[in-house]
Amino acid sequence: MTGAPADELARVVREHAGRLAASLVSLLGDFSAAEDLVQDAVEAALRRWPDEGIPDRPDAWLHTVARRRGLDVLRRESVYRAKLELLRDPAPAEPDGRLRLMFTCCHPALPRAAQIALTLRVVCGLTTGQIAAAFLAPETTVAQRITRAKKKIAEAGIPYRVPAAGELPARVREVLAVIYLLFNEGYLSSTAERAHSRDLVDDAEWLASLLTGLMPAEPEAAGLLALIRLHRARDAARFDDSGGLVLLRDQDRSRWDHDAIAAATALLTRTARRHRAPGPYQLQAAIAACHAEAARWDDTDWRQIVVLYDMLLRLAPSPVTRLHRAVAVRHADGPEAALGELKDLRAALDRYPLYHATHAELLRDLGRPGEAREADERALRLTANPAQQALLEERISWSGTAP
Amino acid sequence: MFMDTEQFTKDLEAMTGDERAEAVRKVEQWFADHAGRITGGSKLAPPHTATTVRLEGGGEPVITDGPFMEGKEVVSGFAEIDVADLDEALAMVRTWPACPTVEIRPVER
Repeated sequence: MTGAPADELARVVREHAGRLAASLVSLLGDFSAAEDLVQDAVEAALRRWPDEGIPDRPDAWLHTVARRRGLDVLRRESVYRAKLELLRDPAPAEPDGRLRLMFTCCHPALPRAAQIALTLRVVCGLTTGQIAAAFLAPETTVAQRITRAKKKIAEAGIPYRVPAAGELPARVREVLAVIYLLFNEGYLSSTAERAHSRDLVDDAEWLASLLTGLMPAEPEAAGLLALIRLHRARDAARFDDSGGLVLLRDQDRSRWDHDAIAAATALLTRTARRHRAPGPYQLQAAIAACHAEAARWDDTDWRQIVVLYDMLLRLAPSPVTRLHRAVAVRHADGPEAALGELKDLRAALDRYPLYHATHAELLRDLGRPGEAREADERALRLTANPAQQALLEERISWSGTAP
Repeated sequence: MFMDTEQFTKDLEAMTGDERAEAVRKVEQWFADHAGRITGGSKLAPPHTATTVRLEGGGEPVITDGPFMEGKEVVSGFAEIDVADLDEALAMVRTWPACPTVEIRPVER
């Protein structure tokens, strides 16, 4: 087997990096040392697998490399050395350790940005570059965050375990935020060759599902799971045959997975019935459900969506959410009203491509094609996502030279 | 490390004798509840008793009146605890009945 394709490589690495990290942390009792070994093994795999092909047993391969490297690096640390000698291939099958790993990565003693960066790298095997793109942050900043976070885990004594029942609700909120970002990264990946890195979305859905199973009384875990499934139900209609992004308005709704939509909506309704006020993930899922349940674009209940965004903004104010609300306002009250909402967001979202793409759409609605084209060009410069780029390029060439 | 704020100090001053006695009792209770894990510590005298010596610059040390940092929060004491991990420390601190800010930091070994 030769010439492993890049996406397959990424999928296998993501599948195994977190498992290896979990078993090494258990074995060594040292998060930072374990993570270093995993990164070494992953880097070796990314170097060698493209030529040699992906081995039949990637987990065993990664374990062997991590162990060999560990024995080499940790030569002076007799405690680690003795433990690593015990490491057999493959690691004993234990309950999925990635959840424990996530709770450590998402400890409240770490800054939020570091929690997310660390989880994406350690649990999911993302590169620092992919994380930087998801954060709209420079790569060096993300690398520093990870280094500092690992140091803090080691020095401040952040434990490696699923928290006790009493602490769980607060701690799960941190984990949910990470899964949500992971889903976003996968749903509209900013750096991948393909616009849609399917396996990352798989990871997010799998983690949300695991969390829902572990915490059946936690409505937001179910809310996040419903949100992810409602988005995924539209997968088949999101891209055209040449890989171009199809906007929601233009999607062929007969290609949506209506069974999945019904199941996710039922999950959401069941959850809402059992709990009081819905949390941010349930509200976002409710917004996604409004879209998913509209038989045609024109049937979309925009007023209801604006109301849901208002509820969401009260719980979790964010400029990106306000941008989405402005899009709903455009359909409920017209482009002029939406443009007014956008003005205040410029400072916060100047580096966010969708801000400029939305701005362009509103300007075009209002008969200002010259300014619209400028906004599209700005959006194009800011996005690394090939499908978004293609869409924007098409719009720019279609709009011709500015009058 | 226990941190007092200006507001906390004011609130304390505004208390009646009984209220203050009750506050002190709660703190004593907390220390009693966690006695097994507390290995040291002290309450510090108020910030107006502080004297700060600055040695930077290579010249004569500069001696000033007051705490090293003029801020809304001042270190008012510390307790040394022996716990397995940060979560155990956090669980202890969650029940702390007095000043509004507590900083947890490992001791260098």
